[in-house]
Amino acid sequence: MTLLRERPSVAAPPLVSRGTQRPNPLPQIAMLCWAVVTALPLLWAVVSSVKSDDEILNSPWSLPAQPHFDNWARAWTSANIGRYFLNSLVVVGGALLLTMLLGSLVAYALARYEFRGNRVLYYTFVAAMFFPVFLALVPLFFVVQQLGLLGTYPGLILVYAAYAVPFTVFFLHAFFRTLPTEIAEAAFLDGCSHGAVFFRVMLPLARPGLTAVGIFNFLGLWNQYLLPLVLNPDPDRYVLAQGLAALSVSQGYRSDWGGLFAGLTIAMLPVLVAYVAFQRHIRAGMTAGAVK
Amino acid sequence: MRHGRWRFLLGALAPALVLHVVFVLSPYAQAFYLSLTDWTGVAGEAHFVGAGNYARLGGDSLFLDAVRNNAVMLAVVPFATIALGLGLAALLRTRRGSAGYQIVYFFPQLLSLVVIGVLWSFVYNPNTGLLNSGLRAAGLGPLARSWLAEPDFALAAVMAVLVWSSVGFYVVLFRAAIEGIPRELYEAALIDGAGGWTTFRRLTLPLVRETVQVAFVYLGIAALDGFAVVQVMTVGPGGPDGATEVIGLSLYRNAFSYGRFGYASAMGVALFFATLTLAVLALRSGRRERLELA
Repeated sequence: MTLLRERPSVAAPPLVSRGTQRPNPLPQIAMLCWAVVTALPLLWAVVSSVKSDDEILNSPWSLPAQPHFDNWARAWTSANIGRYFLNSLVVVGGALLLTMLLGSLVAYALARYEFRGNRVLYYTFVAAMFFPVFLALVPLFFVVQQLGLLGTYPGLILVYAAYAVPFTVFFLHAFFRTLPTEIAEAAFLDGCSHGAVFFRVMLPLARPGLTAVGIFNFLGLWNQYLLPLVLNPDPDRYVLAQGLAALSVSQGYRSDWGGLFAGLTIAMLPVLVAYVAFQRHIRAGMTAGAVK
Repeated sequence: MRHGRWRFLLGALAPALVLHVVFVLSPYAQAFYLSLTDWTGVAGEAHFVGAGNYARLGGDSLFLDAVRNNAVMLAVVPFATIALGLGLAALLRTRRGSAGYQIVYFFPQLLSLVVIGVLWSFVYNPNTGLLNSGLRAAGLGPLARSWLAEPDFALAAVMAVLVWSSVGFYVVLFRAAIEGIPRELYEAALIDGAGGWTTFRRLTLPLVRETVQVAFVYLGIAALDGFAVVQVMTVGPGGPDGATEVIGLSLYRNAFSYGRFGYASAMGVALFFATLTLAVLALRSGRRERLELA
């Protein structure tokens, strides 16, 4: 909205002050160039996913004579992209639910209750954001192994959640502090328990914050690669990123280029659809996460 | 009432705390101890070797390659990304189509680094890739080469991918920071006859400095990583001949291919201190500049 109002008042004066001089075309060219640099490789991969191997090898820049959607079917079934996709869905879905539940409970408890050790607990959680995951990698592998959780859905879900909770606490802690106290106090007077106040009153009030951090967590977990690479060695349980990396090695040898491009496109598509649908929320959520 | 309060707090905090201690805190703590041992994964067979692993790091030529490459990435990727991101954000401020451009620019940020790595390994493919066939079609055939197979170009090719994938995010971030600058300041600059470049250098840049510093920390940490893109995209991975080796890859290989868990942990500790130094330096320079402004 503000964009629309801003545009004439700021963009117009240079035209007036410089009289008949034409506006400099370079900025428009620069912006267009970066858009092409960004979009071209992505569009090229999508177009290549419906080309025959012969067309991919001999005319990389042309459109296919006829679309080969069988590439997609082959990638989904015989290259197992379908299975990897479902594995990702299970692991990320479970981890996201767990992260949001635990993260919002901790953030709320630390933001709204005074007790000894509150600050210490907060920093115990938040400090973990500043440690590189690589540092924990070796001991983490053995912790998960000793618990018998290596290569299992629950193992991945617990570890994903454990590493997503610190940022969630950090973000929602600030958010819960900004919410008004009167509504919660009224609920207490009406006889609500502490748990009921949290689930029935505070969580609904925190919905904008939950949405932002939820989107941020979903993308982070969906794109996770290092943790599954180390903790999820069973090819039947590969998540999408692992499966695609393995596919790019094995299909390279078998030179099924169409199938590989199709796998790549299938991996990009859900993110693209979600982005087109929620792009304003996503950009706002992710950049807010960075500034806070 | 009071009783219910403690029960609620316990229920809210305990599960997350257990998860945090088991999977996050204890591994981080163990890593420091493991880095002082020669552990190879057999239970009870860890011998204390003091700083021995750290001394070995200094003589490990592949690890030194990794440190050099991460240092080059740290010197190039944040600057290139911020320059492009800030430049585009400043251009978008006044021009129509800004929202549409932002949508396109931002998209790579959402893709997994694996997807990006696989995509760009196709783009760089020497025979059928988008880049070389494009160069040939444009009559620039002599410039075409095996981007990822030549030691002189492989690291640059990797860095280009890292910059490509992150510019859009920083365009949106800087765009939001620039939007926070009062419009009156730009009107005043316009009345004073300041051109586009002067306005950017004297007005926009000083007022988004804090956001730029945050961006430096984030991009610096990303430049010390680089694992996923290198592991997926390069020959070896890490090749040719160590030209794209990064610390994370050395750590991963030593731990999970060679079983040198103590040695790999020492690399993790080294990476941790590099990250910490970076963050502290950025924060300290941030404080000084805020004083200068005041």
